[in-house]
Amino acid sequence: MSDWQPTASIDALKQRAALLNAIRGYFAERGVMEVETPLLASAPVTDPNIEAIATENPLGGEHPLWLQTSPEFAMKRLLVAGSGAIYQICKAFRRGESGARHNPEFTMLEWYRPELSLNELMDEVAGVIALALGDFPAVNKLSYRQVFKQYLNIDPHTASAAELAGLARQHLDVGFDSDDPDLWLQLLMSSVIEPALPAQNISMIYEFPATQAALAKIEDDDTGQPVARRFEAFYRGMELANGYDELQDASELIRRISRDHAQRQAAGQSRPPIDRYLLKAMQSGLPNCVGVAMGFDRLAMLACQAGRIDEVIAFPVSRV
Amino acid sequence: MAVYSTNEFRSGLKVMLDGEPCSILDNEFVKPGKGQAFNRVKMRNLNTGRVWERTFKSGEQLEGADVMDHEMEYLYNDGEFYHFMDPKSFEQVQADLKAVGDASQWLKEQDLCTVTLYNGAPLSVTPPNFVELEIVETDPGLKGDTAQGGTKPARLSTGATVKVPLFITEGEVIRCDTRSGEYVSRVKS
Repeated sequence: MSDWQPTASIDALKQRAALLNAIRGYFAERGVMEVETPLLASAPVTDPNIEAIATENPLGGEHPLWLQTSPEFAMKRLLVAGSGAIYQICKAFRRGESGARHNPEFTMLEWYRPELSLNELMDEVAGVIALALGDFPAVNKLSYRQVFKQYLNIDPHTASAAELAGLARQHLDVGFDSDDPDLWLQLLMSSVIEPALPAQNISMIYEFPATQAALAKIEDDDTGQPVARRFEAFYRGMELANGYDELQDASELIRRISRDHAQRQAAGQSRPPIDRYLLKAMQSGLPNCVGVAMGFDRLAMLACQAGRIDEVIAFPVSRV
Repeated sequence: MAVYSTNEFRSGLKVMLDGEPCSILDNEFVKPGKGQAFNRVKMRNLNTGRVWERTFKSGEQLEGADVMDHEMEYLYNDGEFYHFMDPKSFEQVQADLKAVGDASQWLKEQDLCTVTLYNGAPLSVTPPNFVELEIVETDPGLKGDTAQGGTKPARLSTGATVKVPLFITEGEVIRCDTRSGEYVSRVKS
């Protein structure tokens, strides 16, 4: 096989195109407006686990511009400006992410719904997964605490780093150590729980630890435990979506950014600039809304029953 | 030695882990929706042959192992050691049976083998993919039986036993695939 050729079959690309059409139809029916925002950004996300790719400033300015890691900030500015429900299908870029389900340049489907609850958003996400499958599997909604209790018999909100590390070492050969409970929770989630979720169902896991809130609201659950109002969607052991009841409090946003910066500094990572436009917009008042990001390439993988992302991308990074 | 980060782990890369040279077989990037990325890495311990999976935090680094593959000519066995020579530099190394392992049953003098050296000493020996060897012992051939039908065991000059078609006779030279341990064809002399 010559390396100029696409890694995806033409048939897979046809299915990908059909899925794009179906998704656009799905949102048109629901009155959600398609928008386009720039791929270039003056400030990338501050999340210590996401690295943006810097580019030269096209106007020759002294600061680089960044390829977006998601369209979240620009779309939130539109929401503040009164756009109402919006969606976008665009490219996003993340440094170093490459593997069977990752390509550093990928296609994101992201949407925001000022009218819906987080629970209704989960149903809408299940509807998009069903479009890719051509079938509507049963949807299981389970809290983060429920899955950890069910699969590992531990309460993720109260367990210590040492307890979680011990549990991880029972299942996996791990060389590193950490006193950060979230690292162990993320490892157990992605390496032990995810592969064990029932393959025939769509699983929606909600109420994440407050320490993994990203830009979601933190509220008490029915036991009085503060949790992040966030969910992730899984199907066939693959993570497909990340949904949020979006944080509205601008001063809380600033606190979370400074926490990200502190964590980055401690780990010897760069501290990216802060998006001033986002801060100003948030101070003007983001409407109460829920939002979700889905990996479109992974949906195409489901549509094509592909095991590798390369099978649904014409030219992955190894062929550009 | 060079240092490699998890995103440089490729199949075939040799690294040091817990003081042992290991070969990377597979590297899977795993990332939760939000949070720390990990690499699930399948490795083979080159000393023990053990294959297992180790999970790394993405970005963790391992030192490269001074493990090199050399094409070397098999010279002879002195009863204890197997001797190999680099055909260009004429440099010789000796390998014990532990390093030679199952390759010993395919080693014919003057054949070119891959000798894996770790810190300059042989760690393992891989015979050529195809070898041509003489049959020293097998049941008498069956006249008229040419292509199809059953097989019978045949012992080769180097000690290996392979299944051959019934028409093959003692003293004949056959071509074998050392990876599968199977008969390939007769070699016309």
